[in-house]
Order: sequence, then structure tokens, then C-alpha cells
Amino acid sequence: MNAHQRSRDVRAGRLDADAYKDLFSDLHPPLDDHEAHVEADRCYFCYDAPCMTACPTSIDIPMFIREISTGNPLGAAKTIFDQNIFGGMCARVCPTETLCEEVCVRETAEGKPVKIGQLQRYATDTAMAEDKQFYTRAASTGKKVAVVGAGPAGLACAHRLAMKGHDVDVYEARPKAGGLNEYGIASYKAPGGFAQKEVDYITAIGGIDMHYGKALGADITLSKLAEDYDAVFLGMGLAGVNALGDADADAEGSLDAVGWIGDLRQASDISTIAVGARVVVIGGGMTAVDAAVQAKGLGADEVTIAYRGPKERMKASEYEQEIAKVRGVSIRYHMNPKRMIVTDGAVTGMEFERDGSTVVVECDQVMKAIGQSFAPDSAGNIALDGGRIAVDEEGKTSMAKVWAGGDCVNAGDDLTVTAVSQGRDAAESIHRALSA
Amino acid sequence: MADLSTNFVGIKSPNPFWLASAPPTDKQYNVERAFEAGWGGVVWKTLGEAGPPVVNVNGPRYGAIWGADRRLLGLNNIELITDRDLEINLEEIKATKKNWPDRAVVVSLMVPCEEEPWKKILGRVAETGADGVELNFGCPHGMSERGMGSAVGQVPEYIQMVAEWCKQHTDMPVIVKLTPNITDIRKPAEAAKRGGADAVSLINTINSITSVDLDNFAPEPTIDGKGSHGGYCGPAVKPIALSMVSEIARNPETAGIPISGIGGVTTWRDAAEFIALGCGTVQVCTAAMTYGFKVVQEMIAGLENYMDEKGYASIEDFRGRAVPNVTDWQYLNLNYVTKAKIDQDKCIKCGRCHIACEDTSHQAITNMVDGVRHFEVIEEECVGCNLCVNVCPVEDCINMEQIAGVDPRTKKPIDPDYANWTTHPNNPAVWAKEAAE
Repeated sequence: MNAHQRSRDVRAGRLDADAYKDLFSDLHPPLDDHEAHVEADRCYFCYDAPCMTACPTSIDIPMFIREISTGNPLGAAKTIFDQNIFGGMCARVCPTETLCEEVCVRETAEGKPVKIGQLQRYATDTAMAEDKQFYTRAASTGKKVAVVGAGPAGLACAHRLAMKGHDVDVYEARPKAGGLNEYGIASYKAPGGFAQKEVDYITAIGGIDMHYGKALGADITLSKLAEDYDAVFLGMGLAGVNALGDADADAEGSLDAVGWIGDLRQASDISTIAVGARVVVIGGGMTAVDAAVQAKGLGADEVTIAYRGPKERMKASEYEQEIAKVRGVSIRYHMNPKRMIVTDGAVTGMEFERDGSTVVVECDQVMKAIGQSFAPDSAGNIALDGGRIAVDEEGKTSMAKVWAGGDCVNAGDDLTVTAVSQGRDAAESIHRALSA
Repeated sequence: MADLSTNFVGIKSPNPFWLASAPPTDKQYNVERAFEAGWGGVVWKTLGEAGPPVVNVNGPRYGAIWGADRRLLGLNNIELITDRDLEINLEEIKATKKNWPDRAVVVSLMVPCEEEPWKKILGRVAETGADGVELNFGCPHGMSERGMGSAVGQVPEYIQMVAEWCKQHTDMPVIVKLTPNITDIRKPAEAAKRGGADAVSLINTINSITSVDLDNFAPEPTIDGKGSHGGYCGPAVKPIALSMVSEIARNPETAGIPISGIGGVTTWRDAAEFIALGCGTVQVCTAAMTYGFKVVQEMIAGLENYMDEKGYASIEDFRGRAVPNVTDWQYLNLNYVTKAKIDQDKCIKCGRCHIACEDTSHQAITNMVDGVRHFEVIEEECVGCNLCVNVCPVEDCINMEQIAGVDPRTKKPIDPDYANWTTHPNNPAVWAKEAAE
């Protein structure tokens, strides 16, 4: 095997225009009315339902499904939004197969859970299509809260605070809101600009002022925010990317997967995104799968996810792994990254150690998806735990008047739905503090 | 192989499955398709007297209720008797019977409550070679407003009178079809017997409004903003029909009268249940109108299979076997003590048994044991009501099991001998009797 024999092949526009449309259309087409009713009828309306317990935002799932089955999808949407204002995105990106649907008693009974995610999407899509707003602001409290980060945690917090009558300023480093919903997840999970539509739907409640291009630590400081506002919520996510360490190299084609997905999501024409003929994605989480599937979708010949552990330890669920395999991605386990092979300043392969022997995978691009890290500098001397912001169960940080939630805190599983619940709960805590 | 052939008051058919008098039996075309599919007989859709044909509404004639996945559970209709010319119907009946001599062709009739019209039409029907007549005293809508159908069926004296006329004016077997829209089904059945009817058939449809349109505030089916009650049928009415059939079968005044069972027969099992309560044939409509005529093949195969498994060579071998077991509440064994038992291997932990019992009954099912989601019957509280069995989505997961010894709920020993309310110490009638002695 010789990585030098073949010239690197990285280019855009590998496919016909129509092929792009197909590949980046909805992963699951939405349920129509009949399908939704048939599926809703499968729900047993369990007592103390396991699905509800498994949901990080504790949506009353049996109730919203019953509302769908009785022809009240707007009522269903409100039941969802009461607990999770990002119910639309969560319906699309939640790993339901390891949350609500995993514990559905229909899964126990027949191995086929009620399609809770799809039903949630049916209800929330109905409400959003009608632009049905369920919440109004309480009388103004005159209190001002700063929210840092316009991702799921920050906006869930902002929405709940706005409901309570507080005025919210949201500071977002990027030019758009949505956080990883906008920049981080695979495009086929939420096509059609859904992330922005959802942001608009959520912020339509009023009382939320968005300030873009304001990064904490650069354009604004935590100490100033704490001075200027009655409370501050930090929900800026993870700005850092974990490094491969010694195996990494600063070479052309050595990419950070989150950044690459972000570029893809923001491209007005995805056919302009360059992709290698052979791509190696290093990692085992959802980002690895999202990057790999999209690389394949853009026309890469061979896409390999190289994960250093065994199959069962991969953070991407079996269902996600299945999606990757069906879409032509090969997943190799026990691949411990050793060295990036660089020729003339560009990646030509990746060397792994596997069960004591050396494995070389030739490639034109290496996408690193081994996790993100909190960039501690941004938040000054706030107390950390495990490299992220330390919070108590209400989301309070070590600093007075400062709460935090989402991926930047030490208490989660890096899921959208968890970020939403933390943002929402921090808002309730802030509200209690401001009302005291 | 079980023999499904029946001889019902002299009317022979290769199996007990007849199509009831209804739209599926309105024309030769439909009836011949039914016979091709395997139906044992038909009751031709009700004929009226000669003259201008009946007029039907031109808007919706049916309303329905549905279960999960729009499975049709109940159907109602406001269609009247045949709206085709009498002569055409008679010709087609004759031709059909000629083409299908081994099948039962019974003709349903409804004419004004006077002797002459009945005499006249009976003569015409006899000319067709039909096997018998069924007197439609049941239709609850439209015709009843004109003094026919259930307007006759609700007055036992009229039933008797018309039955007598019919027996006098024809040699064909006379079946009287009963309306369930009456408080005591035994009274019209007794009247039919007194009138000399050979058999009764029941139930006809039940007065019903299937739903109300909440935009227009009109009952369904809605005709230009208005609605009228229709006749309800389909799987939803089967329990009512079974009960009414059983009352006639065990009433000493009518015991033994041949019964053609009607009401929600959808599968072989439904048919077998009607037969077990004494019916010699069953009549089907909604199942055919929902699924087409082919459903009879499942009914035939299922009934044969059941009879073979049980070793019944003919319908008569098990017909009426459930009748002696239908009794009054006062004779039920109060010493028969059962407790629900949940099969933990089958339990899917939906918790419906728990919440049904906890909220609405006896607080006799756990939801948590040692901090773990677990559903177990608390025998000290269980009255054996069976609600948990009924709400459990898993078949055979919860069963009622008889217990002996001491009832953990009452802490009292269970008498192994049968004892009922008539001798129970709490029965005031028993005190009165004791006082008298």
C-alpha cells in the first residue's frame, strides 16, 4: 500500500444537481394526517409513562399523542411546547431510539415503538405551519436578563424568561441564531431552513432582543454583563474542538468535522462544498455520523468512520450507525489514530493501530469528530468541573447572578433536548430569584 | 370434517351464513355474487306492495363509528326498503332461486298492516319458488313513520295478527324479524309464537345517531343540514343481540322457537356464539358491506375448524349449548372467589391495570415495588372484578384465577359449596322468610 501512488482528489460538484436535492432532502418524510392517526392509535396511554420519564424535557407524550388521535394537533403542540419550546427540532434530531422510543411499552411488546418523534413533528409542524402562538408575555417585570448564546439552551431560557415578563438580550457570537441546530447537525435532519424558522417562531413571543456577532470574552465580558443585567445565563456551548494530539497534523485536508458541517449548512449551494474521493471520519458520536453521511452524500467514493472503541461504546446510537451504513459509510471499530500521513503538505492517509497491528487508510480528507471542548477563557474565572462550567441542579454557577446550561455545563449528555431542559429550568430559577 | 349444512324450519342451506335483508341482497347481481363467494343463503331486501316504488334520500344514507385505524365498529343507515319495482324484484328472485337451488332464498316483506296487502304479496312471492318469508317488523326509520316496520314490531298484538294472516295465506315458512327498540324482547317473540310464526330473527337495527357534526350542529348522516335517527348495526351491537337472543331462548314461553341470529356477526366466532345461544342460522350484513362477500370464506373455514377441533359433526351438536348457562344474577355462585393474576413475563408495564384499579376501582394493583416499576395484584384488596383484564392491551397477560381456602380480602374461609343470593344472609327476602318461619 502506498499513499503516494494516487494523487489527491478533493473537489466540489461531484454530482448532478438533482442528486443533491435527493440526498439532502428530509430523512423521514413527515406523517400525513392518516398516518399520524394510525400511529397515534397505537399509543396505550400508559400510566406514569416510561416515555415521559425518559424524555429529558418530560413532555407529556401520552397526552399529546391522545390529542393527535382525537383530531387536536394544536392541543398536542401546546402540550409539547409547554415542556420544550424546541419541540420541532427535537422531533427531528432527538435520538428517540435511545430515549422515549427505547422505553415505549410497544417496544417491549412487539419491538416496534410508537413513532413518538414523528408524531411530535406532526403536531409541532401543524402549529408552526399555522404560526399558532400559544404563549403571551406576562406583565413587564422591569428586570433585564442577558443570555449568552442563541442555541437551544439560550433560546429556551430566553423564551421562558420572556413569558415571565422579563426583558432579554441574547448575545450570539455567530451571525445567526440556532447554535448547533443551525451550524452543527446534518442538513438532512432539518432541511428547508427549519432551524431559522423555529428561531423566528420562538422569538415571536417578543421581549427578546438578538445581538449577533457578540462573542463572550471578545466583544462582551461576563463581568460587564453581570454588572449591567439583573441576571445572566450562559449557554454558549463548546467553542473548542478536541484535538487528535500527536496523531494530528496541520495539513490541507485535515478538517474539524463540526466546522465542515457548519460550512455545509451555511452554503447557499451545497454543490460548492469540496469533498474528497476518500474520506476518513475519526470519532464515534452523532457528529461523526452526520459528517460521514453528508460526505458520502456529496459524492465521496469511500467514507470510513474510524472509531477507537468497540461498536457498543459508540455514542452514535445503533440506529444512527444503521443510517450511516445504509447510506454507504463503512464503520470500523477499535481504530486507534496514530499518525496522519501527509504528502506535500496535504493529507493522503491516516494510520491507525488496531489490535496491535498498524492499519493505514488512504484518504484525501480526515474529518475529526472526537468531541468538542469548552473554551474556558471566555467566562473568566467561573468555577469549572470536568473542563466545563460547574452548575447546581438549578443551573446556578459559582458566580452570583450567573446561571448556565447546555453543552457548556458539566451536567449533560450534549443533546439538544437536554440543553432545552437546562435553559428552561434555569429560566425558572432566575425568575424565582428575580421575584424574591 | 364438520358438516355445516342447516335445515332451518325446512329451509335448507349448505352453511348457516345468510346475508340479512339489506342493500347486499337488493338485486340478483349482488345475490349471485354472494352465492359465488359461498354464502349459504340470503334474505332478499324487503319488498313492499305493488305501486310506485319507495323513494330514498339522495344524500348520505350511512353513518359510522370507528375504532383504531378507522376499523368500522358500528354502522347506521336511513335507507328504506327496496326502491326497485316489485315486478323486477320478483323476476330476479325467481331467476336467482332457479340458478342456485341449493341456497336459501328467503324474501323479506313489509306492507301496510292490513290483511289484504299481506295476502296479495305472499301469493306473488310463492310464485318465485322462494324458500320462505321474513316479516320485517323491525326497520326503525322511515317506514315506521308510515305505520310499518318497527311501528308494528313494537306492538305485540299487531305482530300476532300479521303472523296469523301470513300463516293463513301461505305455506312458506314464516320468520318474524324483531326490533330491539323495545323494553322486553320476550313480548314480541311470544306474540310471534302465538301468531303461529315458524321462527323469529333478531335483532333488527337499533335507533341511533352516530355522531353530531360540530360545525353544522346536525346529526350524522346529515341531509342538507338535518338528520334523522337511523338503524344501528355492526360489531358494536353484537352484545345487545346476544342478550336478546338468549332471553328468547331461555324464556319458557318461547324456548325452542327457531331463531335466526342477527347483530354484528363479523367472524366465525361471532356466528358460533349465536349458535351456542340457540340460533339455527345467522344473518350478516355489516361485515359484508365493510369487507365484501369474501368474508364468508373465513367464517366457513373458521367454523369448520372449530367444530372439527371440538368434535362436533353438525351445527346441531353444539347449537343451544350455552343456553342453560344463561341465568339470573341471583343464581350466580357467590362462593366462587377469583383474584386477578398478572403474568410478569407477558406484562409490558404500560400501567393501565394499575391506574384503572387505582383511580376507578379497588386500589388492588401496585405500580412500584421496591422502587421498581412493577404491577402486581394485591390480593387483600382485589374483588375479582376483571376490569384489569379488560383494559390490559396484552392478551392473556392478566387472568382471573379461582382461589380456595381463606379469601385474603375478607379474611374469611371460602365455602367450597355453591351458594347464591337467594339464600344469602344479607338478602332481605331471606330474613322475611326466616321471620315467617
